[in-house]
Amino acid sequence: MQVKAPDRAAAEHPVRPDTPDRRPRTPTLLRRSRTLQGMAYAAPTAVFVAVFFLLPLLLVGQMSLSDWPLLAGDRGGNAPENYTDATDSTLFWPAVRFTLLYTVLVTVVLLGLALLLALLVQESRPGAGFFRTVYFLPGALGLASASLLFWGLYSPSTGPLSRTLERLGLVDDPVSFLGTPTAALLSTVFLVVWKFAGFYMLILLVGLQRIPHEVYEAARMDGASPGQVFRSITLPLLRPSLALSLLLCVTGSLLAFDQFFVLTKGGPDNSTVTVVQLIYREAFQRLNLGTAAALSIIVLAALLLLNVLQFRGLRHADES
Amino acid sequence: MLTRALGRTPHYVVASGLAVIFLFPLLWNTWASFSAQPGTAQESGYGFGNYRTLLDYDAGLWRYLLNSTVVSGLTVVLTLGVSLLGGYAFARFRFPGKNLLFLLTLAILMVPYATLLIPLYVLLGRLHLQNSLIGLSLVLAMFQLPFATFMMRISFEAVPRELEESALVDGCGTAGALRRVLLPAVRPGLITVGLFAFLAAWNDFIAPLILISDSEKAPLPLAVANLRQQSMGAVDYGATEAGVVVLAVPCLLLFLLLQRHYVRGFMSGALKG
Repeated sequence: MQVKAPDRAAAEHPVRPDTPDRRPRTPTLLRRSRTLQGMAYAAPTAVFVAVFFLLPLLLVGQMSLSDWPLLAGDRGGNAPENYTDATDSTLFWPAVRFTLLYTVLVTVVLLGLALLLALLVQESRPGAGFFRTVYFLPGALGLASASLLFWGLYSPSTGPLSRTLERLGLVDDPVSFLGTPTAALLSTVFLVVWKFAGFYMLILLVGLQRIPHEVYEAARMDGASPGQVFRSITLPLLRPSLALSLLLCVTGSLLAFDQFFVLTKGGPDNSTVTVVQLIYREAFQRLNLGTAAALSIIVLAALLLLNVLQFRGLRHADES
Repeated sequence: MLTRALGRTPHYVVASGLAVIFLFPLLWNTWASFSAQPGTAQESGYGFGNYRTLLDYDAGLWRYLLNSTVVSGLTVVLTLGVSLLGGYAFARFRFPGKNLLFLLTLAILMVPYATLLIPLYVLLGRLHLQNSLIGLSLVLAMFQLPFATFMMRISFEAVPRELEESALVDGCGTAGALRRVLLPAVRPGLITVGLFAFLAAWNDFIAPLILISDSEKAPLPLAVANLRQQSMGAVDYGATEAGVVVLAVPCLLLFLLLQRHYVRGFMSGALKG
């Protein structure tokens, strides 16, 4: 490990590769030089992490405890006013409730569909590659682009969905897919499922392909039905991939922003305001960065707690 | 043979039905971007009217495309540079604080985007990088670091040590070994990291929304979203759909071209992450 680097330190004591003992004569000097070089290569990472990650984290903590208007002004400490302001806001609890509802809905529908897709394309029969690509294709789009696309698709005046329903005689008036709170929620869930199903399909596909063939063969020899195989082999052995999908999907949904900002703008009647949207509004519409920082800290704490609980739960499940 | 084919039929019916649902929005949007909308530049028939509206909108499509290209290019270069050197350091060297730094880099994943963007807005102001494409790229590159560093570390670890040692014995410094011997060996990892960084930077919406205030400097997703929000009364669906096409085409092309790298990067991330 610590040998064979003919760098500056070693130049004075050249290492000859053909000598039986390859260890240089000045191992400490050499090791120190190698240490310094390692630190030099890691330096850009360290600078990035310090300036754009650790410093902002400290700053957001400080901001959450001080009066911090968007434009320069009085910046005295005001703990814990920002936190009480944040939770007193009339939108806070509705936003928390809505975000949780949205997260549960998306997670159930998305992971269910992703599992179906993965099972459909797991075997290498003709066309499997084509279907994989097609299911994944929306995943290559950005979430904001996909939201803009669906905004046109859902339009009551020019979108194809409403017009088709009218032409089929199923409805008399143009359908407003974003007009009521329930419709807006379901329309957004549909968009998100369309965009991300292929992505989660890939994760589950990796998991499916890691299940050894022998296990399936043994089950078939024992005369297990396809349903039994799925329940007692596929699902349990797929658990690591399902757990990863669950973690990513729950975290992503709790932090939902783009889709609601673009598609529903939080409406109708603030019924689709998520927690992250609340942070944005507090900072850039109500111009109060201190309260926005307090909200950010609350979100961070909630997510860390959730992750700890999830890891605990998974480890516990592994032991049992 | 026939019974086997028949047995597969329901499978193909379900798979094809789903494929139609997944493709329909993409195909409809493309078609709609060329078709007529009353009260827009494309009054009747098919043509490029919607795209012409987009071309002249506010600072102009070319300006927004340039902004997006600059931001994505800078983000890719920064991410590749930092993660190449960092991955080398984490895979091949021992130094104090190595594990702590690696864990801190991965910890970026644990902190919500929004929690960091509020203080970054203030911090970039102090660094005189507010409302600048460079500041935006630095932030986007930071968000890419956990995946990129992880990916480059395992790429370097997969290269046999002997390859690099023989270069070192032949008189290369570590920088020489990196450039001449290791760089070609980790190229697949670099392509994956670059692809992910490009797609993330090209598509990002919330970071420019918060960090960029000048519409001259908006990247394309922000500009297209604004186009829709700013139109008074009448909404120009056609131009928005044209904007979605302009946004989507590079992503779809890159994905189809580099699919193998995408899926592989994905697997190493999904398996070991």
